[in-house]
Amino acid sequence: MKRKKGYFGKFGGMFVPETLVPILEELEMAYFQAKKDKKFIEEYKHYLEKYAGRPTPLYFAERLTKKLGGAKIFLKREDLLHTGAHKINNTIGQILLAIKMGKTRIIAETGAGQHGLAVATVCAKFGLKCVIYMGEEDMERQKLNLYKMRLLGADVIPVKSGCKTLKDAINETLRDWVTNVRDTFYLLGSTVGPYPYPLLVRDFQSVIGREVKTQIKKNRNSSLILIACVGGGSNALGLFYPFLKDKSVKIYGVEGGGLGINSQKHSATLARGDIGVLHGSKSYILQDFDGQIKIPHSISAGLDYPGVGPEHSYLKEIGRVDYTSATDKEALKAFHILTEIEGIIPALESAHAVAYAVKIAPKCSKNTNIIINLSGRGDKDVDIVAEAEGKKL
Amino acid sequence: MNRITKIFQDVKKNNKKVFIPFITAGYPRLESTAELIPALADGGADLVEIGVPFSDPMADGPTIQASSHTALENGVTLKWIFKTIKKIRNNVKIPLIFFSYLNPILKYGLERFFKDSQKIGIDGLLIPDLPPEESDEIKKLARRYKINTIFLVSPTTSNNRIRLIEELSDDFVYCVSVTGTTGTRGKLYSEVKPYLMRLKSNLKKPYVVGFGVSTPEDVKKISEISNGVVVGSAIIKFIEKFKNNKELPEKVKNYVKKLKSPLK
Repeated sequence: MKRKKGYFGKFGGMFVPETLVPILEELEMAYFQAKKDKKFIEEYKHYLEKYAGRPTPLYFAERLTKKLGGAKIFLKREDLLHTGAHKINNTIGQILLAIKMGKTRIIAETGAGQHGLAVATVCAKFGLKCVIYMGEEDMERQKLNLYKMRLLGADVIPVKSGCKTLKDAINETLRDWVTNVRDTFYLLGSTVGPYPYPLLVRDFQSVIGREVKTQIKKNRNSSLILIACVGGGSNALGLFYPFLKDKSVKIYGVEGGGLGINSQKHSATLARGDIGVLHGSKSYILQDFDGQIKIPHSISAGLDYPGVGPEHSYLKEIGRVDYTSATDKEALKAFHILTEIEGIIPALESAHAVAYAVKIAPKCSKNTNIIINLSGRGDKDVDIVAEAEGKKL
Repeated sequence: MNRITKIFQDVKKNNKKVFIPFITAGYPRLESTAELIPALADGGADLVEIGVPFSDPMADGPTIQASSHTALENGVTLKWIFKTIKKIRNNVKIPLIFFSYLNPILKYGLERFFKDSQKIGIDGLLIPDLPPEESDEIKKLARRYKINTIFLVSPTTSNNRIRLIEELSDDFVYCVSVTGTTGTRGKLYSEVKPYLMRLKSNLKKPYVVGFGVSTPEDVKKISEISNGVVVGSAIIKFIEKFKNNKELPEKVKNYVKKLKSPLK
């Protein structure tokens, strides 16, 4: 028996316990129906515009451009969205799908708390019961988001298993789903997990790239570079996907380099991992010699994940996207640069993308346009930055 | 003939009920495994399911998760498991089944895994995160190296899928009693009866029931509407309780005897 659907090249698939297979098939069917349903699409667009605040601006970062002295730099301002990050694009799409499927209880994992916050927000808005699993370690790192989720009425459950971060939160959410499969919808936050999630999340996030296409003026004399950070990879695919076919566009994905990718403390899955199966799909993962999952590290909780979306693994393999990394230190530096000369405090995740732009922009010609996906705002990270630099708030 | 096939011929002919205990390899200590497998056999196990520890066991409840965690801290690897089973295989006559998540097997190398399994006398393999749709390559290798494969049926499985799963399972199907992870629960029987009756009318091959079977009473009632039971978390809990007792293997043997007693 062959299953060809659900794969990006040799990556992806549906590696889950039997209990979940029929439910994932139900989800796939519901999604393909919704995609063709004009009313559903209208509704999705309506909430993106009126509730989340789309379209987001493509902002020309004039002073950053001048400082770096090369390519023109543009920021796709996903940080201006409701709840402060691109995550809401996906949660609006999925919750409408959940409602359409008649599910009454929403569960989700969260790392940095940005996805959890976006889930708790739409659950409050649509009046659905909301349970969020969050690693105990992340709860400590992201107290503000934790409190916000609770304000919004979410039941946030601490995850104490494994290394108590995002990967364990996903395990725990999957366990909840296996148990309460009939009335519960798993609102997954990134382009990871079993099929159809990588596809579904990518589609809901692709609004980012589609908008950019209408916002950037391309002509024969200019070239275009896209840069986004990659944890699970949803903001990156959201920007990249509509441009993949245009081979003249150069695309860079930036992973969390932590203390350096030659140290043991990083989350550069595509650079340092190898192929395996984690959380329901085949992709690059960080694992040891015996196939046990390694504990990743990044200063940014949102990049701190030992796997990566299967479509990214595929794009790496076919060479369409270049994957690179920025260290904690480089990200912190970029965080300050953007804050000081553009008056925009970026999320530490997005600061990784900024860091790579800082590196390559001076080497590019003035006819090059660089678009950085500013996937989230940095309010949530201010205390982490202070702590990393030995300052007290 | 594969040892599992032989047992299930007896099941079909004589309505024998099988008792399958589960242990986590390398738990509670590395040296325990070589003592506990023979103890389970002496206690009357018809097959033994050996759990290969994984760092991210998404189908397992807290008890087996914790045992896997301890086993990994003890330094368990697949290589070590093969070495350990090789030492005791001649003294243990019953079939041995691996219960392993896919990733440790992939990393070990699929073909190498099946080759080594055959060499040391592993009879069957169950991969909880491998549904039939993804099983082509594994199934091919399993056939080549004569390792029987076991697939899971769950309460959410449709009758059409049941037939597909039955086809891929060589001698018997493993039925997950309720939606959920491994672990003990109360009131199992009344909850699962309608589902097991549905299976009975849809399955031609024998089937055993696992997840949540934890007392001699569960064993008795569940085996009345199935061909046997798997007991996992209850045994791990028992081992946890007596892990520092010098008589642990003897105690486990007697515990298995007690659990199995209704199947006489």
